[in-house]
Amino acid sequence: MPFAIVILTGAQLIGEVLRRLLHLPLPGPVVGMFILALALIGPAKQWLAKTQTGPSMLEKSSSTLVSNMGLLFVPAGAGIMAELSVLRRAWLPIVAGVFISTILGLIVTGVVMHRVMRRAERSSATTQFDSHRKET
Amino acid sequence: MFTTIWTPLAPTPLLWLTLTVAAFAVGQAVQRLCRKSPIANPVLIAIVLIVAVLRITGTPYSEYFAGAQFINFLLGPATVALAVPLALNAEHIRRSWRGLGLALLAGSITSTVSGVVIVWLLDGGRDIALSMAPKAVTTPIAMAVSQEVGGVPALTAALAIAGGIVAAVIGQTVLRWFRIDDWRSHGLAAGVAGSGIAAAQVAPLNGLAAAFAAIGIGLNGLITALVVPLLAIVWPAF
Repeated sequence: MPFAIVILTGAQLIGEVLRRLLHLPLPGPVVGMFILALALIGPAKQWLAKTQTGPSMLEKSSSTLVSNMGLLFVPAGAGIMAELSVLRRAWLPIVAGVFISTILGLIVTGVVMHRVMRRAERSSATTQFDSHRKET
Repeated sequence: MFTTIWTPLAPTPLLWLTLTVAAFAVGQAVQRLCRKSPIANPVLIAIVLIVAVLRITGTPYSEYFAGAQFINFLLGPATVALAVPLALNAEHIRRSWRGLGLALLAGSITSTVSGVVIVWLLDGGRDIALSMAPKAVTTPIAMAVSQEVGGVPALTAALAIAGGIVAAVIGQTVLRWFRIDDWRSHGLAAGVAGSGIAAAQVAPLNGLAAAFAAIGIGLNGLITALVVPLLAIVWPAF
């Protein structure tokens, strides 16, 4: 457990330092996420290696954090309370803007992803089929 | 009597910390009772409970946050923790880079531009429109971008969380209307349109969804940080 905490906060710290040094337009934790992901794919692969008792400590700790991530948004979310005066002044553009643009963003992202993936998978499936036919 | 008990308790961070976790536990219990329906979103339930308690006790938000900031702080390590599903599914991400890139770009520009246009059409004013533009990305990026283009960062934070809740609550239903049934698309759409809160809804359901949500949050942050300032420049006087 302490090992996992050191890795997570350490990656965040490195992300924070890099963001300041390189003036990156991303917050420290997001930079840290990309750096840790790259490390886990390459040089630090063994941190995710399965142990005799199941998944590695890092994987267990991370999945606990990720599956309860909603809790961590509650303090900032309650801050909506402080913005209620603006909401009262212009509730229609705000409510319509949040709802419609979020739904449009969801649909466009999901549909484009789904279509492109399906096409790619179908074409790779046909090439596999063709090569199989050539063999026989 | 009530105030004499209340006054020595209120300054301690423990009270608000405990209440926040308790409110979220109630939210999760309600969601379990509703057979895991995304409509019973635990984040939304917890926020409503906390705001109600703050209102009833007349507690200012700043006093609440002084205690609850310890929970807020964990958002950093939790964001970093998304690196684990990202690394475990690296091969899936590498194989779908084309769809990923196109969907990210299309979704990011759609949610940014549509937010600005809707507020503008409904006479919301420039400050609200510019606060709306970066609201789909993770809160710290959204606030920084909002500040840069002349929006109101605090309003942007509220909009980002509201948008995240909308995406978490109805995202899976809307995508199913379009017959989208694979976890990669569900995860990516949640990350791009609803950032962390929507990711928190889909990530526990499937590792592949968690990985694509993580990449959606990260890269959408990057795209939005580049697109929104551009939008503010090319459209200066509406």
